[in-house]
Amino acid sequence: MFRKLQSLDEEVTVYVDGVAVPAEANESVAAVLLRQSPVWARTAPVSCSRRAPYCMMGVCFDCLATVDGIASTQTCLTPVRDGMLVLRQKGRRSVRP
Amino acid sequence: MTGGPDLLIVGAGPAGMSAAVVARRHGLDVLVVDEQSAPGGQIWRNIETAADTSRAGILGKAYSDGADVVRRFRASGAGYLPGARVWHLEPGPRAFIAQNGVARCIDANAILLATGAQERPLPFPGWTLPGVMTVGAAQILLKSSGQIPDEPVWIAGTGPLSLLYAIQLLKAGGRIAGFLDTAPSANLAGAFRELAGAFLGAPGDMLKGFGWLMALRRQVRFIGNVKEIEAIGNEALERLRYITANGRSATVDARLLFVHEGIVPTIHPTLALGCKHIWNAAQDSFAPDLDTWGETSVSDVFVAGDGARIGGAQAACHLGELAALRVAAKAGRLSRAQLAAVAAPVRKRLKAALAIRPFLDRLYRPRSAVFVPPEATLVCRCEEVSAARILEQAAAGRPDPNQVKAFTRAGMGPCQGRQCSYTVASLLAAKEGRTVPDVGLYRVRPPFKPITLAELAALDAGAVIP
Ligand code: FES
Repeated sequence: MFRKLQSLDEEVTVYVDGVAVPAEANESVAAVLLRQSPVWARTAPVSCSRRAPYCMMGVCFDCLATVDGIASTQTCLTPVRDGMLVLRQKGRRSVRP
Repeated sequence: MTGGPDLLIVGAGPAGMSAAVVARRHGLDVLVVDEQSAPGGQIWRNIETAADTSRAGILGKAYSDGADVVRRFRASGAGYLPGARVWHLEPGPRAFIAQNGVARCIDANAILLATGAQERPLPFPGWTLPGVMTVGAAQILLKSSGQIPDEPVWIAGTGPLSLLYAIQLLKAGGRIAGFLDTAPSANLAGAFRELAGAFLGAPGDMLKGFGWLMALRRQVRFIGNVKEIEAIGNEALERLRYITANGRSATVDARLLFVHEGIVPTIHPTLALGCKHIWNAAQDSFAPDLDTWGETSVSDVFVAGDGARIGGAQAACHLGELAALRVAAKAGRLSRAQLAAVAAPVRKRLKAALAIRPFLDRLYRPRSAVFVPPEATLVCRCEEVSAARILEQAAAGRPDPNQVKAFTRAGMGPCQGRQCSYTVASLLAAKEGRTVPDVGLYRVRPPFKPITLAELAALDAGAVIP
């Protein structure tokens, strides 16, 4: 859905649902999700329909995913780190410490 | 006081950074906390790293101008905590923040909320489909990640940001399938009355705006006076339907749609704190009730920047400076006479920076469907509650947003009403022939930003847990 204007500088690798994908150090996890196909971050709690990052500034919460084990992380506010594990999130948030 | 800073500033955008610089100049101990990982706010997001790339050329001068402000902020000696969320505030004032998985509480002599704005919620059928995003989101992706859509996009909206992003996208080599201008043509009459003031006060900005509009109309399919839009698709956006005010409708293939209807102040923090709010009719939004220095009804809590009223980056800087001066005076660093003398030129510049606003507010006043969407629209994105269900509540004799929330779960999801509270108020108001300020918004409860149990557990033992 989106593409980088330039080749990545400072390339790192993150794992989206187990798949290794290239990313740029310090960009947001949501930005990386928007370069995958199909684009989505979580499913809605009632209809289970897919949701993708919508506002990119922390107000819509449709970019929630499980990042390094922490559920309901706002991926648009989370910078990537090499080796980060991102799991798309299904349904209602689970409360996990 | 418990050894906290003289001034705690929430937000490192134009207002927060300018306030920090001025407060430091007058010898105050300043701490700035910000949700982003680098200073600049949304307008100058990622400016430090983007300044030397080709992106800076695409984003234009108003963006590059931020580099100076960021440099001065970095050199000011203010403490700075990036990647930190403020999740609760109390009179005192006291702020609870979470950073790197740890929560803590900070007592300050004064707090300045420079938390900016969010895009106005603009519900329409299908707006939750992947492929639909805000124009602001698309621009953030350009600024912070250097990325653009890899296929032609539709843009539907009003306001300077829609135009600016469209121009930036074309410069960056992106493609626009069509631009749906949603500003009602009736706005023109009202805007016309403000035209002279805007041209006298901000001739440069006015010419720039007209230039963008002309360029866009030349280069892309431009459809004006669009009254309603609908996004259609199964798992993602597939088609877009639009209807113009003169009844023309069309359905087109679309994979990406960016929408925007202006911005509104971020008021979650001041609502949570119990500050008094007013209705800003010209901007169709609530705003904290402030004195001429930006102090709220809760003493020693200030608001500056777009969080006070939408005025843009320049005005935000000046509002930040004024609040900082007042805090310095309260701390005894400036006499009454000195305060008046230093503030006068700042107020003059503020007035100049706001000269174009009455024109923009009128020209870009959103169409009615932005406030009262069709019944099938999901109003609450988080809990998936439709406009029809909200209206049912009103019909069942529950005309208060908090009752509607209790019965439908609208506003109870993770966004805590950031996307639906205005719409619920507008729907109830329309149904009952009342006004939005009369209906009001949901109550906001702590934490107003998500916090994990681990962060809470790490809160220092002495702090009061709300
Ligand atoms: S994209 Fe809206 S909160 Fe992250």
